[in-house]
Amino acid sequence: MSDLINIPDGLVSKTDVFRGEVTLNVTRENVIALLTHLRDEQKFDMLTDETCVDYHPREPRFGILYQLYSVSRNTRVRVKMMLSEHDAVAPSATGLWKNANWMEREVYDLFGIHYEGHPDMRRILLPNDYVGHPLRKEIPVAVEENQFSFNRERVDAGKIYVTE
Amino acid sequence: MQPEPALIIEESPNNLVTAKDAQLDITLDQLKKLVSPRALTGENMLLNMGPQHPSTHGVLRLLLELDGETVINCIPDIGFLHTGIEKTLESKTYTQGIPLLDRTDYLAPLINNLAFCGAIEKLMEVEVPIRAQYIRVILAELTRMNSHLVWLATHALDIGAMSMFLYCMREREMLLDVFECVSGARMMSSYFRPGGLWRDVPSTFEPLVRKVLEVFPGRIAEYEKLLKENPLWKERTVGIGVISAADAINYGMTGPCLRGSGVNYDVRKAMPYSSYDHFEFDVPLGTNGDVYDRYRCRVEEFNQSLRIIKQALDKLPAGPFVTDDRKVAPPPKHEIGYSMESLIHHFKLWTEGFRAPEGEVYFAVESGKGEYGILLSSDGSSRPRRVHIRSASFSSLQTLPQLSKGCLIADIVAVAGSIDIVLGEVDR
Repeated sequence: MSDLINIPDGLVSKTDVFRGEVTLNVTRENVIALLTHLRDEQKFDMLTDETCVDYHPREPRFGILYQLYSVSRNTRVRVKMMLSEHDAVAPSATGLWKNANWMEREVYDLFGIHYEGHPDMRRILLPNDYVGHPLRKEIPVAVEENQFSFNRERVDAGKIYVTE
Repeated sequence: MQPEPALIIEESPNNLVTAKDAQLDITLDQLKKLVSPRALTGENMLLNMGPQHPSTHGVLRLLLELDGETVINCIPDIGFLHTGIEKTLESKTYTQGIPLLDRTDYLAPLINNLAFCGAIEKLMEVEVPIRAQYIRVILAELTRMNSHLVWLATHALDIGAMSMFLYCMREREMLLDVFECVSGARMMSSYFRPGGLWRDVPSTFEPLVRKVLEVFPGRIAEYEKLLKENPLWKERTVGIGVISAADAINYGMTGPCLRGSGVNYDVRKAMPYSSYDHFEFDVPLGTNGDVYDRYRCRVEEFNQSLRIIKQALDKLPAGPFVTDDRKVAPPPKHEIGYSMESLIHHFKLWTEGFRAPEGEVYFAVESGKGEYGILLSSDGSSRPRRVHIRSASFSSLQTLPQLSKGCLIADIVAVAGSIDIVLGEVDR
């Protein structure tokens, strides 16, 4: 399957095949060049998905995954770019695919990764005044307690129960 | 000489702006990028639509910039139904996660289950018995019909065809009866499990599905009689909300929205899963990419779904309903009485769950709305590292600003209805 995708030398640092799925690992410097090549030369015309995976405690920690699909070739390919926590800035793919707009806003909202060149970088799912980025691994899953007379003080103090 | 109009937008103390007819929760700099300068001076009206507006199909909020009745800009605002499903899934075992997936696209819960189970099966390399695959296909197609029925009901109601709503909801009961008979729940059925099904279908299953096959063709013909050539319906839908094939692909539109523009992409045909390649069916295509063509595609899909269900039911083989791989699926209850190994497997599965190998897989299915994909990342433990839900509505909804530009405010209702969004899977 991987021989269907001919990439110019130097763009891809490593190619993985797992369960029949091809993943092209790429550095941040090359990602837009690679995506442009895949879209224009290799007919991967649809950006199915763009999301982030937090590999904490591994460093570099964030993996940005682009899932591409080609309607004419009926093939999928995944592009993976790793980002460090201290330098979590990615180039925006909004110039290539229009639906990258909201997907990148979602990644920014939930993981705190900034996209350079994005036209409208604001939160999308969470309210504007929300603090933090909840899908990072250091944020625990928590529940909001219902307030009753016996736990009024504790709930007012904003203490939350942490599960797990 | 006319005096220069004053800025009607005010900045409130928390840096967020308010306009006369719309409470905005963005800053002035952000707003300037989204609307034209005429909106800031009050020549164009900023109007809030939703999140409680019945025609936005859930809690969708639209910020409209209007010149008279013409839409200049439409800015969707989502997230009102965000429940953190993806985060919650990270703290559940794989099996525990299945009911959460029902809550994403709540009109097609079994298709969501199928995507999640399929991703787990791909990661674990589990073979699903052929009987389970066929039952999955039957239920997935019934779910697709359920999703399309609710879409047709609400879409027609939005445009003014009240009776369609009552008819579609009446027929939907028949489908919910099938889901209830297999799983015990009418809507949040959670019936599929990694490796197969929760249990075999009861004896009442086949008669109920046969009844659906018998009754539905006549009912669909009834819908066609009401809408297909109805001049009022065509007036409201033909030529409205047009999107070209190239634009639809660039926006990542899938499902009937993409096929309405004439692009032949259906995951069931392109990358068959769960034995879809054993059945004959056609993929209905539109040509113009307007509201009417998307409507035609979905209604044609009713007939194709019935075709698939009939073939699957006629060919339904006997055999096990779940894999015999004990690392994934629990042993039958009676085995626990005499087999120590089965007892251990049972105990391990209900306490720790199964461990998946480290790696990432993407598995997509064709839901009622389009491509519904699960990106599953495992760290080798019994809980996923990350589950990302690629929902069709999330990509399709992004086209709304382009589709509604320049149309009348009443057409927004038709356009938003025609791209068939479910806010549960947009916000997740």
